[in-house]
Amino acid sequence: MTAVPDIEFRAVTKRYGAVTAVSGIDLAIPPSAFVALLGPSGCGKTTCLRMIGGFEQPSEGQVLIRGRDMAGTPPYRRPVNMVFQQYALFPHLDVEDNIAYGLRQARPRLSAREITSRAGEALAMVRLAGYGRRKIHELSGGQQQRVALARALVNKPAVLLLDEPLAALDKKLRTDMQIELQNLQREIGITFVLVTHDQEEALSMSDFVCVMNGGRIVQLGQPSEIYDEPADLFVADFVGKTNLLSGKVAGHSGELVDVTLANGTVIAARKRVPLSRGDTVSVSLRPESLSLGAPGSGRLTGIVRNRIFLGSTAEYAIEVQGIGTLLAKADHLIGQGNLFKPGEPVAIGFAAGTPLAFPDPKNNGTNQRENQHVEILS
Amino acid sequence: MSVGPEAAFSMRGNLLRKNLLTALLLAPATLWLVVFLVLPFVAIAIFSVGERAPEGGYQAAFTLAQYANLPARATAFWNTMVLAPVGALACLLVAYPVAYYLALKAPERWRLILLALVVIPFWTSLLMRTYAWMYVLGGRGIPALLALVGIEDVRLINTPGAVLLGIVYGYLPLMILPIYVSLERLDRRLLEASADLGATPLSTFLGVTLRLSLPGVMTGFSLVMILLLGEYLIPTLLGGGKVFFIGNALVDLFLQSRNWPFGSAIAITLVLVSVVVLIAANRISTRLSGARRVDLI
Repeated sequence: MTAVPDIEFRAVTKRYGAVTAVSGIDLAIPPSAFVALLGPSGCGKTTCLRMIGGFEQPSEGQVLIRGRDMAGTPPYRRPVNMVFQQYALFPHLDVEDNIAYGLRQARPRLSAREITSRAGEALAMVRLAGYGRRKIHELSGGQQQRVALARALVNKPAVLLLDEPLAALDKKLRTDMQIELQNLQREIGITFVLVTHDQEEALSMSDFVCVMNGGRIVQLGQPSEIYDEPADLFVADFVGKTNLLSGKVAGHSGELVDVTLANGTVIAARKRVPLSRGDTVSVSLRPESLSLGAPGSGRLTGIVRNRIFLGSTAEYAIEVQGIGTLLAKADHLIGQGNLFKPGEPVAIGFAAGTPLAFPDPKNNGTNQRENQHVEILS
Repeated sequence: MSVGPEAAFSMRGNLLRKNLLTALLLAPATLWLVVFLVLPFVAIAIFSVGERAPEGGYQAAFTLAQYANLPARATAFWNTMVLAPVGALACLLVAYPVAYYLALKAPERWRLILLALVVIPFWTSLLMRTYAWMYVLGGRGIPALLALVGIEDVRLINTPGAVLLGIVYGYLPLMILPIYVSLERLDRRLLEASADLGATPLSTFLGVTLRLSLPGVMTGFSLVMILLLGEYLIPTLLGGGKVFFIGNALVDLFLQSRNWPFGSAIAITLVLVSVVVLIAANRISTRLSGARRVDLI
């Protein structure tokens, strides 16, 4: 990318006393992108967002906005605006005054007419025209969310920061807002940086996902890359559902490695880092990459324990001797009657190369876990 | 399951017992208020439309003469009406920065200790502390020290300034605490949101912090103001009779000249003024802070 990034982190570290929240992050966010910072709580994603907003100063390194180093620039002089968690709307102001708050701070001053007209436009943009004189406490959660969006966007920031903006909404509203946010971003064309711990939200809304763990960036890529080609075991585990099977590297066959599973089955798996014979690995198998068939046809055989029928798909918990319980997801085609019943034996197949092998930090070294070869992670 | 007459009866019995318990628990306070607040207030109201008996005290009558006579004590009213709000305001100006520091800036582990320091003067009676001020401001106090460096004939005691000083000193904690509470409750993210939207620290203070702490300010202000309307001690000790408050006028009328009806008229007027002040303060803070409810005291 040749364009100046909207946001750039250069070797940024943030420490609170003895605790390092963010360590040595380098990141460039291109203009007009929708980027999600995704990770479990305490991974440093919110700290990163707050460093862009100016509420925290990096202990080391630089944060640049559109090529300008922001060191020493207070929040009120930065060309970014934030949608806060739980919105932080001003309770003593009505909807319109909340939205006009930023416009009233502008220097040189804007005319009263311009403030009113821009606030009105912003209200219309978030579909709240006519709500200008409402009090904040009279609004529903979804409406408050949209006021917070309008209040930030009305200032025409270079970058919009969103701190877990959908966390307080119910599921239905959340899905609606995901679409609305995506549309807004495309319409306005500015960069959105979203912080979330919800991988579904990150995958569904953003152009790029930046997965963070322990204060570092683990992987940066498009949602499909993150899902299909996770950089390590953590990403495979955190993003989407997957089955993790323990095994040992038995040998190499071309690009693939042969992994002996706990029950003796050998499967061919792709790898992200060089592996050598004898290494303990975890093999990730996505539930939807498993295909189910009549016994005797697949690579593994098991017994259906539970079935969760979801309409278009069905999820099965299948117990495989010597390995544990695997989660499989199968399309349900109307009229084909292809549902397996609990207690039925079933063969599990998967295309060669769909399994992905990662060195397993937990199983290497002394603390070997026993009997717990498989985890189903959601 | 249907509810038979017996069950209904026992339910009613339960309800009765519950109400009885509530009544029992409230009885002492109610009795106290009726005997020591409502009845005296009614008595004072009746006195205020009566006449002074020739030998002093009260003589039954119905006349508004006492109220018509209020201007005779205009000075006391004037002094009170000026010094009470000015005193409350002076208190506020001193208290706000302290409360702000305690709530928003003071290190967490020092906060409790500092708060305790604010309250500790209450452990000694106001009388004693005001006596101490008499000495500090009196001829052998600060003026004596000033004389040492050549500044002669400074008069501090028995001036309005001394009364004001005593007021600020005596009522400061009552102002600090409610403001502290409202600032402490303030959602810090609102301050960040304000800064994020381009407001300088000063704009944020005026537009958010101050506005949202107004309920506390109004609580402190009306609390101090109302207590000052009936203040007797400080003007007596530090004003030396020269700064005459309504409180002093009342003592004089009831105990010295024994003009109970006139004293009663003044007392009733004072109560009415207090109520008006309370209502006004409540209205103002509700309007400005957008709060739906304001806790007074």
